[in-house]
Amino acid sequence: MDVLYFAWVRERIGIPKEKVETGAATVMQLVEELKAREERYEVAFSDLSALRVAVDQELTDFDAPLEGVREVAFFPPMTGG
Amino acid sequence: MRVLVQEEPFDFGREAQNFASGHSNMGAIVTFTGVVRDADKGGMDRMVIEHYPGMTQKALEKIAEEAVSRWDLGDVMVIHRHGELRQGDMIMMVATASRHRVNAFEAAEYLMDYLKSRAPFWKKEYTADGAEWVAAKDEDEDALSRW
Repeated sequence: MDVLYFAWVRERIGIPKEKVETGAATVMQLVEELKAREERYEVAFSDLSALRVAVDQELTDFDAPLEGVREVAFFPPMTGG
Repeated sequence: MRVLVQEEPFDFGREAQNFASGHSNMGAIVTFTGVVRDADKGGMDRMVIEHYPGMTQKALEKIAEEAVSRWDLGDVMVIHRHGELRQGDMIMMVATASRHRVNAFEAAEYLMDYLKSRAPFWKKEYTADGAEWVAAKDEDEDALSRW
């Protein structure tokens, strides 16, 4: 699936988007897999209360299932308006 | 319903006029415009607004549709910019049309509250000291609970 990062999450991880091969059943499991990869992921995902997640371009939460999902995005709380 | 996500500036006067003139049986037209202000600590050179291209349009349409379902509205418009902006530039506008003003005002406030916390935009302020992401405010999140 495609994993996208925005704002300071993108800056900390260093890329806006990557393809991830994963068997993770939920967003939380995907986060754990990413954190285990490298320190930059560990740093970016250290405080999940400071992060939001969208699955297939809909806001959801970290318990959301990933079966059949094409795109997951991580970002800080939004500051539009 | 008209929802525009764009980098280029918009002409507030023309947009408001077009919106208002298209609705002859609406007794109330409310518009709100958000303008770039200085960073809280001052000295802002520019602001850059990042967004999530695949999601932004859909998220704004969903917010606008929700407003239409909650209030008796003749029409809704949302324009939100992204990219580089400077102090005094217009970031976004919403417009609502209704037969009566209470609906138009409330729906415009609802749109604003949701645009702030549920539309995928992120502001970054550039000053002489460097660049900083604008932090979301607790009160913006709290504002959603009144709806």
